[in-house]
Amino acid sequence: MKEKITGSEALMRSLEHEGVKTIFGYPGGAIMPVFDALYDHLDRINHILVRHEQGAAHAAQGFARVSGKVGVCLVTSGPGATNTITGVADAMIDSTPIVVIAGQVGAGLLGTDAFQEVDLVGVTQPISKWSYQIRRAEDVAWAVARAFYIARSGRPGPVVLDFTRNAQTELADYEPVSLDFIRSYDPDPETDPKMVAEAVRLINEAQKPLVLVGQGVELGNAQEELKAFVEKADMPCGCTLLGLSALPSNHRLNKGMLGMHGNLGPNVKTNECDVLIAVGMRFDDRVTGKLETYAKQAKVIHLDVDPSEIGKNVPVDVPVLGNCKRTLALLTELIQPHRHTEWIESFKPYEEKEFEQVIKKEVYPSEGPINMGEVVHAVSEATHNEAILVTDVGQNQMMACRYFSFSKNRSIVTSGGMGTMGFCLPAAIGATFGCPDRMVCAFMGDGGLQMTMQELGTVMEQQASVKIILLNNNYLGNVRQWQAMFFNRRYSFTPMMNPDYMKVASAYGIPSRRVMERGELDEAIREMLSTKGAFLLEVCVVEEGNVLPMTPPGSSVNYMLMEC
Amino acid sequence: MLIQIEDMENKTLYTIIVHSENIAGTLNQITAVFTRRQINIESLNVSASSIKGVHKYTITCWTTEDIVEKVVKQMEKKIDVIQAHYFTDPEIFQREVAMYKVSMPEFQSNPEASKVVRRASAHIVEVNPTFAIVEKVGMSDEITALYQNLKELNCVLQFVRSGRIAVSTSCFERVNEYLAHREERYRNGK
Repeated sequence: MKEKITGSEALMRSLEHEGVKTIFGYPGGAIMPVFDALYDHLDRINHILVRHEQGAAHAAQGFARVSGKVGVCLVTSGPGATNTITGVADAMIDSTPIVVIAGQVGAGLLGTDAFQEVDLVGVTQPISKWSYQIRRAEDVAWAVARAFYIARSGRPGPVVLDFTRNAQTELADYEPVSLDFIRSYDPDPETDPKMVAEAVRLINEAQKPLVLVGQGVELGNAQEELKAFVEKADMPCGCTLLGLSALPSNHRLNKGMLGMHGNLGPNVKTNECDVLIAVGMRFDDRVTGKLETYAKQAKVIHLDVDPSEIGKNVPVDVPVLGNCKRTLALLTELIQPHRHTEWIESFKPYEEKEFEQVIKKEVYPSEGPINMGEVVHAVSEATHNEAILVTDVGQNQMMACRYFSFSKNRSIVTSGGMGTMGFCLPAAIGATFGCPDRMVCAFMGDGGLQMTMQELGTVMEQQASVKIILLNNNYLGNVRQWQAMFFNRRYSFTPMMNPDYMKVASAYGIPSRRVMERGELDEAIREMLSTKGAFLLEVCVVEEGNVLPMTPPGSSVNYMLMEC
Repeated sequence: MLIQIEDMENKTLYTIIVHSENIAGTLNQITAVFTRRQINIESLNVSASSIKGVHKYTITCWTTEDIVEKVVKQMEKKIDVIQAHYFTDPEIFQREVAMYKVSMPEFQSNPEASKVVRRASAHIVEVNPTFAIVEKVGMSDEITALYQNLKELNCVLQFVRSGRIAVSTSCFERVNEYLAHREERYRNGK
């Protein structure tokens, strides 16, 4: 039965029809009718008022990454909309399903440089999965259904809906729309049986197979399928940054993180394996190092849902298209059980070397200032490796990802492709709404925290249970490390003057503690974890700490510096 | 003025044929794929296809096979793009259309002029005392050659040429079949 309602009310009902219960937003002129309609839906939709629209976008990302649901942002036109753009671009490169709904001037004013008008569709088209302007109230139900379908299906990504003010207030018939087919868009491309057969042959014949686990495994909800696959043929794995929690850290076949600051074993072995099986990953340059020397000896099998990823950076011998939940199961059924004991044992010397030369010093120092790695390790242990890790970008991110351990899926929220500083705090807020029952540990540096520090206001208002671990080294540490290594120690604008974070926390009513001595660390972590709700733990860490090992930019993946 | 002389070695003129839904902004998305990689579009033609609601793009550009393959995949990734394929010249029949507006007095005073037009298999589609319009359908270089010849006779007032349009030599254009297949797969999946 159809009834006439406003476009804004239609938006609310369409969101409810998509199962939306949480929205991150910020009101403004061109979205006021929607916020007015929202006022009548607060019993079903929880709106989280952020302090800056960038925070809304990152919070939606954090929500989506841990829950697997679509994150939703609601902002106004012009600056409200452009403030979300960093989050949209971040969600695009990290395949995160979010829907940004932005107000827009009335259709009659479009193109006139009206107050707070920006060509949002034009601006976001290259950095979103889909971007659409709703100009008529009767299009709302269809556009929202299409937006959610596109955001969550196939390779997920951000969708932008630009909602003109007239469409928000005009009346139209409303009928809920469910959409699961677009003829020009194939979210799960057909798998070529010949390629499957060829992949099976290569895997069966492989003496030294290596599996690269990407976020696609988590996005495809294929964690169990991956485990069955690698266990049946006894294949060691390396995980990408975003794929870290797709396989438990302590799984005997998980050989650690890939890439520039990853673990030595999987990086060296990439250039020794005979068959490289990439699952839901995109051969980012931070993973591959120098492409000309990358895995040249290996046959490459690539499982991916996105055909444009095949051969984009690394030539692929056997592409296996389709959702990896399906294709992994298909391969597992056809491959023969195998044991690769000797090959797996061959990782050990590299693990020992990395432990002796890097990990021991970083995580188990006996003297000197506190290291970043030892803080991460201590927090991970104290949470029994069950927490969600949210990181900012830079040294805190690399240290957190190297030394945090994962036992549960969907436990890593970090800005991988974009490397967005300021991502952590709002994303962590979003994560607490995505998984309210889980512990959320947010590691950030003094640079990144200050980029979106206003979201402490959101933490306060929402009583969001974010455990903020500030690794304070008074530097923009990652850039400082590069300046030390490649720019002759010329520390151009990387030393940073910091505020008194205890006072900042106290201004927001957030319990906090500053740790300067190693002896206090464990007790402070216990205090943080046992305190209900948010907590800011500032650890004053070694000022000129370095993330190691490191594949210098432009070097081969198997070349890693153990010291600098 | 040539701002930058690109290394044309190892580059081939590719013709990319794209089918998309007829939705505002799709052209923008398709050309953005070129912009991102700083590839110049040589010519571009967009028009309705034989399928209702589906637009067809014929785009030419100089690039390498490795790049054109990636460009085409990036286009297909756009939600509203149905299919995109690339071709080299031997794989297509291609034509352009050009119009040459020539000054009538000059054109008439030189007996060579009408011979040039006839030799080029061009047509005169409009004649009046001040100008005539010569129309030529053909390959790019034929159109350029006719322009050069008419220019030498000092009679060209205006010249315009279309983008290339092309059909493949294979019995390719299977967009109908592709769409039918997509719909069948969807129904079977239900």
